[in-house]
Amino acid sequence: MGWEMYTNSVLSIRKFGFGFLTSTTWDPFSQVFGALPMIYGTLISSLLSLIIAIPLGLGVAVFLSELAPAWLEKPLSFLTELLAGIPSVIYGLWGIFVLVPWLRDTVEPFLQNKFPNSPFFQGAPYGFGMLAAAIILSIMVLPIISSISRDVLKSVPNSQREAAYALGATKWEVTKIVLSYAKSGLLGAIILGLGRAIGETMAVTMVIGNRPQISASLLDPGYTMASVLANEFTEAASDLYLSSLIELALVLFIITIIINIFARLLVWSTERKWKLSPM
Amino acid sequence: MEIKSNVKNFSFYRRKTSNIIMLTFSLLAALVTLIPLIFIFYYTISKGITYLNLNFFTKLPTPVGESGGGMVNAIVGTLILIAIGGGIGIPVGIFTGTYLSEFGHNKFGSIVRFLTDVLSGIPSIVVGVVAYTLVVVPMKHFSALAGGVALAILMIPTITRTTEEMIKLVPQSYREAGLALGIPKWKTTLLIVLKTAWKGIATGILLGLSRAAGETAPLLFTALDNRFWSTNVFQPIASLTVYIYQYASAPYKDWNDQAWTAALVLIILISLLSLIFRIITRSKYKTTN
Repeated sequence: MGWEMYTNSVLSIRKFGFGFLTSTTWDPFSQVFGALPMIYGTLISSLLSLIIAIPLGLGVAVFLSELAPAWLEKPLSFLTELLAGIPSVIYGLWGIFVLVPWLRDTVEPFLQNKFPNSPFFQGAPYGFGMLAAAIILSIMVLPIISSISRDVLKSVPNSQREAAYALGATKWEVTKIVLSYAKSGLLGAIILGLGRAIGETMAVTMVIGNRPQISASLLDPGYTMASVLANEFTEAASDLYLSSLIELALVLFIITIIINIFARLLVWSTERKWKLSPM
Repeated sequence: MEIKSNVKNFSFYRRKTSNIIMLTFSLLAALVTLIPLIFIFYYTISKGITYLNLNFFTKLPTPVGESGGGMVNAIVGTLILIAIGGGIGIPVGIFTGTYLSEFGHNKFGSIVRFLTDVLSGIPSIVVGVVAYTLVVVPMKHFSALAGGVALAILMIPTITRTTEEMIKLVPQSYREAGLALGIPKWKTTLLIVLKTAWKGIATGILLGLSRAAGETAPLLFTALDNRFWSTNVFQPIASLTVYIYQYASAPYKDWNDQAWTAALVLIILISLLSLIFRIITRSKYKTTN
């Protein structure tokens, strides 16, 4: 697959070289293609979504594995998995008609009033933009983080908990010990979530506003690699345009592969650690 | 003495409060997670129900401005796309999974296993680009076949992994019994091992199919879209997900409303698949008990 994309993007790789990754101009009319705004948009929207999703996801995982009574755990796990099963285009639909108007009319004016000088909340409150994309992404990443971390937490041996309780620890202190025991597995769960966020296309395309620019403001529209592909692939009229888009797909492919391999290795290494020291 | 016990008291209360705060946060997180789920279902059902009538399932889409019309071509298109994807993805997935669990305990096997894991993490839009270069470019036009290939690539990891896990559950004694009767290994695998694990594998297949049914990104520039009735696999074809995307982004209220209905129909379709999935898993437990 990688090879297939490489051969199809040779044209733009030859023309732009490494400049493709650092140039900020994306102008189909004058045939100049630089991917930096999209790479920026992809990374920022994903990282923002993780900032929202990590505490919530870990909170859910802790609740499911440490606190919830057995009768509550099953249906709740089922519901979070249901959240993962909703097609992304339906998230996008919901984003356009429910989330975006709410952000535009309520949240964004409020943020601007509260922090009039903050560089993060400048510009007209369109609703469409980074903030909307980050929120939608965090909803989509949440079930991944919470279900994998729940499994990781559940595989922490009970003797760890019992030892902590025996020392008179409170429930939260026990949980802290469990969390630190499962650290690398949890990190793996988060990185898998990041991989999902980076590759997510439809929902983001529908709410991010689709404008290739780099702006510190969260209210401004942005663009991600995946949404450029979704929007412009069928419109690519020239060979150079098309091959630039395919090169963009190649960049996205390489980033997600690196992230995934890293996450798998982390999850594997924790599992192996427990297998070597059975308790 | 006095000071010491005060310090102890202070740290005791601090521990107690942080305990309560963090546990409450965890509970709140669980509740907050459920809110979007409820919202999405509420909106999809309440907004989608208005256009959910017989026309939606029997008529073709109407031009802008004309009311009425349905999406029968998109429903059929989605089914055709899933069928093509399944037709390619199911056999490949099952054979890879069988290979991995029966013969794959070597270096090559673990490389394949690792690559399947990596494949499952690749963004669906990238898979779409690959299907475009593999099928659309040589054929020189968009087609349902290209969309099916993209969906197949997306299904393969799921089906492969479930097949492998399910076949691993088949007791070793079954294989030994088959071999003891002088049945060749390939026949044992095919007729005994696969047959025993079949129900589990079927759930994996349905899981893969329902994932594929909800995919949009890889279809945008492979299957494209078609506003007319078409069942020709070499021509562009409509699908529910692409319609939702187009209708939701369009500035016409009529279309926006129909997008909700399409979303509802899609969710019903996927729930039907997972209902079948659940019935099959249940009957599996019955037979083993």
